[in-house]
Amino acid sequence: MKITLKIWRQKNAKAKGKFVDYELNEVSTEMSFLEMLDALNEKLIISGGEPIAFEHDCREGICGCCSLYINGQPHGPEEKTTTCELHMRSFKDGSTITIEPFRAKAFPVMKDLIVDRNGFDKIMAAGGFVSIDAGSAQDSNSILIKKKNSDEAFNSATCIGCGACVAACKNASAMLFVSAKVSQFALLEQGKVEAKERVVAMVNKMDDLGFGNCTNTYACEAECPKGISVANIARMNREFLSAKLT
Amino acid sequence: MTKLDAKIPKGPLADKWTTYKATAKLVNPANRKKLDVILVGTGLAGAAAASSLGEMGYNIKAFCFQDTPRRAHSVAAQGGINASKNYKNDGDSDYRLFYDMIKGGDYRAREANVYRAAEVSNATIDQLTAQGVPFAREYGGTLDNRSFGGVQVSRTFYAKGQTGQQCLLGAYSGLSRQVKRGTVTMYPRRDMLDIVIVEGKARGIIVRNLVSGEIERHSAHAVILATGGYGTVYYLSTLAVNSNATAAWSAYKKGAFFANPSFIQIHPTSIPVLNDYQAKLTLMSESLRNDGRIWVPIKQGDKRHANDIPEEERDYYLERRYPAFGNLAPRDVASRAAKERCDAGYGVGETGLAVNLDFKDAIEAQGQAAIEDKYGNLFEMYEKITGLNPYKEPMRIYPAGHYTMGGLWVDYNLMTTIPGLFAIGESNFSDHGANRLGASSLMQCAGDGYFITPYTVSNYLADEIKTPRYSTELPEFDEAEKAVRDKMNKLLAVNGTESATSFHKRLGKILWDYSGMLRNEKSLKKALALVDELKEEFWNKVKIPGVDKEINQELERAGRIADFFEIAKLIIIDGLNRKESCGAHFREENQTEGGEAKRDDKNYAYVAAWEYIGDNKAPKIHKEALNYQFVEVKERSYK
Ligand SMILES: Cc1cc2nc3c(=O)[nH]c(=O)nc-3n(C[C@H](O)[C@H](O)[C@H](O)COP(=O)(O)OP(=O)(O)OC[C@H]3O[C@@H](n4cnc5c(N)ncnc54)[C@H](O)[C@@H]3O)c2cc1C
Ligand code: FES
Repeated sequence: MKITLKIWRQKNAKAKGKFVDYELNEVSTEMSFLEMLDALNEKLIISGGEPIAFEHDCREGICGCCSLYINGQPHGPEEKTTTCELHMRSFKDGSTITIEPFRAKAFPVMKDLIVDRNGFDKIMAAGGFVSIDAGSAQDSNSILIKKKNSDEAFNSATCIGCGACVAACKNASAMLFVSAKVSQFALLEQGKVEAKERVVAMVNKMDDLGFGNCTNTYACEAECPKGISVANIARMNREFLSAKLT
Repeated sequence: MTKLDAKIPKGPLADKWTTYKATAKLVNPANRKKLDVILVGTGLAGAAAASSLGEMGYNIKAFCFQDTPRRAHSVAAQGGINASKNYKNDGDSDYRLFYDMIKGGDYRAREANVYRAAEVSNATIDQLTAQGVPFAREYGGTLDNRSFGGVQVSRTFYAKGQTGQQCLLGAYSGLSRQVKRGTVTMYPRRDMLDIVIVEGKARGIIVRNLVSGEIERHSAHAVILATGGYGTVYYLSTLAVNSNATAAWSAYKKGAFFANPSFIQIHPTSIPVLNDYQAKLTLMSESLRNDGRIWVPIKQGDKRHANDIPEEERDYYLERRYPAFGNLAPRDVASRAAKERCDAGYGVGETGLAVNLDFKDAIEAQGQAAIEDKYGNLFEMYEKITGLNPYKEPMRIYPAGHYTMGGLWVDYNLMTTIPGLFAIGESNFSDHGANRLGASSLMQCAGDGYFITPYTVSNYLADEIKTPRYSTELPEFDEAEKAVRDKMNKLLAVNGTESATSFHKRLGKILWDYSGMLRNEKSLKKALALVDELKEEFWNKVKIPGVDKEINQELERAGRIADFFEIAKLIIIDGLNRKESCGAHFREENQTEGGEAKRDDKNYAYVAAWEYIGDNKAPKIHKEALNYQFVEVKERSYK
């Protein structure tokens, strides 16, 4: 297929960026989206240009490295699919594809399509853990957990920390990310002891870092490549309120 | 000649670790914060070590090349993590787990280390569970288990097909807690390019800041490498595309011996190579072999759709050849069996380089929902990549480069031959012999990090409490930094015509074809010549756009590929040296009549530890004899 790409190019964090057009004539429908960008980069390198900087690592939808805002959607058009899992069979011959970095005040652009998502680490360090020193844990089966709760905690825990929720939200809120972690621990006995301190610390940190408020548009859930549910946000709000009340 | 001393504690196997812990030197809590430890790599092994050593109060500086620890390739591990809990009451014990790993590794691993790995496995599961890792549970609320290849008990804990993600996120949350406490400082987006040795001890590292391009120096009282495996040397592998050998390789060039580099596991169940653009191969977890049956048509070149081939015209070759273990034969055996069928013309798919992994019977017996519950995300992943629905037709799979049993040589302390330099997780060689059993790597990584390094690193640091913090102005740092800059400038100066990746692809193909699942003297010699040629071409033709003082992904890549060329040669040299077949290392000259690997215990029951003695000199071999005291060395049979 023939594809036209409009790609955001930006030399570094301080430079002003702009869209640049590229044509690719031999795109196969079997290529993954990132393999298509690899092919473009290969062309750029050989012809003396600068390849497009973008992040990726596992290329199987689990590490959360890849990002990209494709035709106005984080991770592109397919539901529950990361950019690295997206394939060119999802696009038509002759189409134009616009590729931008994730945009959010809390995710500054570093170069081309790479943004700084370090805020998530800071939120995690504020309270995203259970305080248990190695060596002090009891036998695992001494804590019984309902399969239903454990399955639900697992679902929340499958967040890959890619930041699509923030990029999708008009307020650039990180509520889905934070609430998924809060929920995972709140659902498990192990996490209950510190539940109150945790939710307050993580929410405060999120606010400090310049992530926006949640106004219930649910764009985050719609765009989340892992299908993390907004029910997590409701649970976190309850946890937060009850922590504030006591 | 340096004599390799593995420093194994005396006494009965089951007492060794207890003895070690009881007699190891300790560091007073008040002294710990004066001691700096550099930790390179924050995957499962590194993040676990950071949290444990941080808890103890050491001052940890942790580095990774991704933007955050949560993206390390441990995140991609799918099937599970082993422990000898015996929750299933099916005969498991530390000894059984140890024995399975020794046998699975084809009697090429060190008994004492393997036993210890088994011994700490239960504490690891408890630790992870307590941290909130949502392992799969039974309806009664207890943890569930499943079985994995090469064993006959159910000892694998899992979280659907995302066990690695959940374990890593658990360890990462422990690390985050230490960041908050101030014991761990995280340095993400850094590429470690060299080790600094002062007066014979590891005292620091040189890294490139991948954002600013600055070369930075960091010093410490000890350095731990937890930098993962080098399976990406094949270009196409199940590893994340940025996984690399550079950290371990720089240690090797500074004097750390490299053990059994040619022991690389080819995993039997990966999505096959589909086209030329492919940048990586995606694993379909071994756990699928619990319910999936592997087959090819009985007729050569049968091009019918799998669903149209009747039962009696299918060859379930693993069940046929290995009735005792069937589809759960260990990885090396299952991979070679797949290759054998495909090479003989029975392969399926467009390329003929694939076999079927069929869930029809399991779905019929258990219902689709049960299969979905166990493997849902894997089935989805398969469909996204291939566009085919594995609930409706068999998956097509083929072996792919996966895991490196070889790695930096370490003693019982997990210390390399450079004093003060430790290697943990996949980056060392110690626990898996010539073939790793499924679900035992996460177990080893977490065990090394949580429960072993706290003792062994402390034992080393106990003699360092009077050593003041090191200055990075020492001439040793100048020298190391200069070497790093020289190499980078040399790469940038080539200014050739071809991308670094194009060389990586060609290198990978040479290794896959001539030093892959099967190898022989001739093929290995050929590989050696081809790698030399290609390396020369790389240094004359590679093109790296941009400059060093900015984000420059091509520069990062080219540096790693330059090291792959070097490690590729060591892999081949090691393969040539070992004139026997064992585990993943299959020398065609050494096979039984039935086509199984034929070991030569008389001549090769040793660990080959290679010493670097100069760029254009053949590396020097040191042999650590493997004297089995606790198991009887037998022919490894899964029939
Ligand atoms: C697809 C797949 C599935 C698997 N499934 C299983 C399974 O089900 N069960 C099991 O037990 N095992 C499994 N394995 C194996 C297991 O996942 C790995 O062996 C293990 O996770 C390795 O962990 P690690 O901590 O040693 O290294 P990694 O997790 O690879 O981490 C390496 C770390 O080192 C850093 N690093 C590397 N080089 C440098 C450098 N030069 N400078 C700075 N930082 C550096 C990286 O940033 C990263 O933080 C699987 C492997 C793969 C590829
Ligand atoms: S590259 Fe890992 S999720 Fe896309």
